[in-house]
Amino acid sequence: MPSSDGGILAAVSLERSFGHVRVLRGIDLEVRRGDVLVVVGPNGAGKTTLLRVLAGLARPSAGEVRVLGRKLERTAPETRRPIGFVSHQSLLYDDLTLAENVALAARLYGMARPRAAAMHALQSVELAERAHQRPRELSRGLLQRAAVARALVHDPLLLLLDEPFTGLDVPAAERLRELLLERQRRGLGLLLVTHHLEEAWDLATRVAVLSGGRWLLEEGRVGPLVEFLPRYRALVNA
Amino acid sequence: MPEWIRLALVIAAKDVRAELRSKTALLSATVFASLVLVIFNFARDPTALSATDLAPSALWVTFAFAAMVAMNRSFTVEREHGALDGLLLAPVPSSALFAGKLLANLAFVAAVEAVALPLFVLFFNVDLSRALPGIIGTAALATIGFVAVGTIFGAMAVRTRFAELMLPVLLLPFMVPPLIGAVQVTSRLLAARPLSEMMGWLRLLAVYDVVFVTLAALAFAFVVEE
Amino acid sequence: MTILAGTAPIVTLDRARVVVRRGVIISGVALLGIAVVVVLALGFTPVEARQGLAQKIFYLHVPSAWCTLLAFSLVGIAGGLYLWLEDPRLDRFAAASAEVGVAFATVMLTTGPIWAKPIWGTWWTWDARLTLTLFLFFLFVGYLALRAAVHDRHERARFSAVVGIMGLLLVPFVHLSVYLFRTLHPQPIVLKPSEPSLPWEMLRTLLISTAMFTLLYIGYVTIRYGIALAADAREERDVG
Repeated sequence: MPSSDGGILAAVSLERSFGHVRVLRGIDLEVRRGDVLVVVGPNGAGKTTLLRVLAGLARPSAGEVRVLGRKLERTAPETRRPIGFVSHQSLLYDDLTLAENVALAARLYGMARPRAAAMHALQSVELAERAHQRPRELSRGLLQRAAVARALVHDPLLLLLDEPFTGLDVPAAERLRELLLERQRRGLGLLLVTHHLEEAWDLATRVAVLSGGRWLLEEGRVGPLVEFLPRYRALVNA
Repeated sequence: MPEWIRLALVIAAKDVRAELRSKTALLSATVFASLVLVIFNFARDPTALSATDLAPSALWVTFAFAAMVAMNRSFTVEREHGALDGLLLAPVPSSALFAGKLLANLAFVAAVEAVALPLFVLFFNVDLSRALPGIIGTAALATIGFVAVGTIFGAMAVRTRFAELMLPVLLLPFMVPPLIGAVQVTSRLLAARPLSEMMGWLRLLAVYDVVFVTLAALAFAFVVEE
Repeated sequence: MTILAGTAPIVTLDRARVVVRRGVIISGVALLGIAVVVVLALGFTPVEARQGLAQKIFYLHVPSAWCTLLAFSLVGIAGGLYLWLEDPRLDRFAAASAEVGVAFATVMLTTGPIWAKPIWGTWWTWDARLTLTLFLFFLFVGYLALRAAVHDRHERARFSAVVGIMGLLLVPFVHLSVYLFRTLHPQPIVLKPSEPSLPWEMLRTLLISTAMFTLLYIGYVTIRYGIALAADAREERDVG
């Protein structure tokens, strides 16, 4: 059950190190229903690591992630249920059709009617006609939509996206934005990391800057991108 | 049924379906098995070494290497598009993931063994009429043990650069006790020896299975987490 | 990027040097002790009736095999503790023990056949000790190969720990297989280093030798551990 203030995911003092390298240092964040938190930063800032920790794929070296108030742990798989994750890889199996891939995800999340849920998810991303195709037959843009369908099939409350606009042409990026916006209006929370701010700017309700593993800024998105960019560059180059 | 069993079956079914479509592991393992049997057969001097002396070793060496080919594939397929993350994201406990992978691997290895056995009868001209149930039982007993170890080592090997080499290097020492046991029992079965002569080895195989399936299941969590 | 202060003591090159120096001293004493043992074995221990002078290799081989087993057992145990406690020192120790263990195993597996061939006419015998050492050798090689192939240090430590524990549990099965094999396949009159019934002088020499070899193991592992500390210190310094 969502907590009273609509918060879905919270990170408290998150740290992640690889050996002596501190990739994430003391990150605090929160995502609520209908939020679109766009996290920008240069390459190597720790964005992918942050997402993997938030998704429960990697364990933080210190601090914790809470989903709906419960601490995320590998030993408590149920805590991962409200989360969906769109990686920069498609997470699909080449030898299964799109429908089978998405139905597999539905089964893994214990959905009652996996095939129906899969078709519904594919319809919502306008891939229903290609349900019987294999991933290797699809372009990058279509593969991305399929990956989103897979991530959404179990009706998560929060979607984490890792550089979703990479490799997409303008129409494909626009389609993705529309799809995400539509879901957001229905209450889905989004946390999106990117280093292409232009793609995600219009989608955002809040913007944050991650650089060198540090959370440098977080604020509501106000004003156009052109005003934000100089501030962003100043922060990152400091 | 308990949730983790259902999840294990979902994962195993996925692996089997994917493999039936692509057939790479099954084909390569079967071809490999046939080649090994042929070589064994041609390489021996029929006047010096009778078929029944060589047969059990030939059979089990074939099974062992073909199994490794099959097991390697199981985790390679997870690496392709990061699909393993998909399994780890879902609320699937690592015991279910292990059980699913183990079942799928057992299915693959059993399929290869089922093809290799008739070829074995063909090339070595052995009479399996009385020994067949015993051989099938022994095969099951021995296979479970080293496939469990192969499943967890496969999960590790796939994260390294030379995965195809790493799995055999890690796995071979672990295959020796079950292989020795299997060869000993098989040769006694073929010679129609009484059961009492095999009990020691059969017990070895059974205890090995219990210990290593349990250990692999418990250790699997440490291998897949980040 | 700043250096992460973990729960383990901060690694410095000075500390590493101290550890290596300590290890060198211990190893030196042990090697001296082994030289004494050789003298003892040749000059002050009775010659075994059946095998004659050739049996004397026993005083070096048994302790070598013991050290190999000790090294591997500690790799497994340290691995298990690492999975529980996540202390990187345990992983460093396990790696050191594995490298020293594989060295002991290699020496034994090469000197064994070289000794056996002219004396007993055969390169290899499947006796319990030699077979076990051979297995440990393969387990060590797999362990070290895996360590070399994994780059992230947490992953490397976890994977090594799993292989170590599983390998350790394999040992009794290897032993059992060899035992079953030999009781069912009586060997021909085998001419190999066997355990004679031990009169006091022989036992004494054997025990001293075992103690010296164990000391040598400790010394080498200390040196290797110190080298690993130095490598970690350098990495910390370069990154920080």
